[in-house]
Amino acid sequence: MLAKRIIPCLDVTAGRVVKGVSFVELRDAGDPVEIARRYDEQGADELAFLDITASSDDRGILFRVIEQVADQVFIPLTVGGGVRHVEDVRNLLNAGADKVSINTSAVLNPQLVEDAAGRYGSQCIVVAIDAKQVNPGQWEVFTHGGRKASGLNAVEWAKNMQKLGAGEILLTSMDKDGQRSGFDLALTRAVTDALEIPVIASGGVGNLQHLVDGVKLGGADAVLAASIFHYGEYTVQQAKQFMAQHGIEVRL
Amino acid sequence: MVDIAVVDYGMGNLRSVRQALRAVAPDASIAVTSEPNEVTQAARVVFPGQGAMPDCMRELDARGLRAAVLQAARSKPFLGICIGLQMLFEHSDEGNIPGLGILPGKVVRFAANLRDAQDNKLKVPHMGWNQVHHADHTLWQGIPQDARFYFVHSYYVQPFDDALVKATSCYPQPFVCAVARDNLFAVQFHPEKSQSAGLTLLKNFVNWNPV
Repeated sequence: MLAKRIIPCLDVTAGRVVKGVSFVELRDAGDPVEIARRYDEQGADELAFLDITASSDDRGILFRVIEQVADQVFIPLTVGGGVRHVEDVRNLLNAGADKVSINTSAVLNPQLVEDAAGRYGSQCIVVAIDAKQVNPGQWEVFTHGGRKASGLNAVEWAKNMQKLGAGEILLTSMDKDGQRSGFDLALTRAVTDALEIPVIASGGVGNLQHLVDGVKLGGADAVLAASIFHYGEYTVQQAKQFMAQHGIEVRL
Repeated sequence: MVDIAVVDYGMGNLRSVRQALRAVAPDASIAVTSEPNEVTQAARVVFPGQGAMPDCMRELDARGLRAAVLQAARSKPFLGICIGLQMLFEHSDEGNIPGLGILPGKVVRFAANLRDAQDNKLKVPHMGWNQVHHADHTLWQGIPQDARFYFVHSYYVQPFDDALVKATSCYPQPFVCAVARDNLFAVQFHPEKSQSAGLTLLKNFVNWNPV
């Protein structure tokens, strides 16, 4: 049967991998190509790259990083950050991305999701949603790296993105991101139950039990984590073995 | 004349297919091409595909590649990948259109509301790493039985001839994920994105000399 995926995430700025706490306080975590190779060797199922500054100066650096990774690592690569136009999607795919994630621009211009999915296929369009709890059982979509409230309900927004052609949802809890206290399981469950397309849970992983909970309690199709892997606390292989011991189907 | 032509009809990115072939065949000349002549003259042909099958068929014809692909599929080592597998069949439910009709059978969608044995919802597209249970064929050499490959698709093939089937996967029911006949081999998953198992299959393909 289909395995649940483990996706290490590399937040990239100026050609370096960094990691923040709740979207601020960045720490350097190393060279993206080297880190990508390490995760591939450890058995990562996919890799996600998020260009967190997404300035025009950094664009060229990001393309070179993606090209170098794609030439050496033969697993799916998702790349996002600053994707505003269909040409941005094309350029990232040409650089070697298999999927492109769209976040703020999907809110500002939902047509972009429909156009990009129509042109390149739903299989390569991921919509990233940064959600924050506003009431129990209710989450709002935030944009611009979590700085701007959109007024949109996260579950309804995810359904809308599915309808426009998103192939997958990357769901990040802003409340949990960087807190290392586990995923927002209620948010993950609410979104995954509402959709037919796969959902990647993100934000808050601090230990391996959190990955198990994301799949078993949250119902996630894939789990994304950064800091537990970047600083060598756990290897991807250890994470998979732990998940397998807890009855989750993984690629070992 | 090139060793390997990767047929490019403008649907999606073929960079990873080319790079994976380069990794397993560093000395081979590889062309990603929309030129029918180059496809016709190549020693081997890889026929990938992404997106929706109606778009793929339209773009293939828009570039005048149909005859070259048909000829290659009948005469030389030929590897179909993903939609490149689906297009080989007679009919697809995606857009209710005819395919190239090289192989007997049709392309159908995964049912809605699929559930696994633990009653968890199964999403469509079928996306991720699934086990491939393979029958005997040279292209599986060195690949463990039930090895995992990377899939992303909402439709799958139903060949009318069981002898074509060279592998199945389960979601949750068994479905065909590889077929072969003579010089032709085609897979639903993406070998170029399936790490060592995928690279082994590509290496077997570039060394394959079907009789």
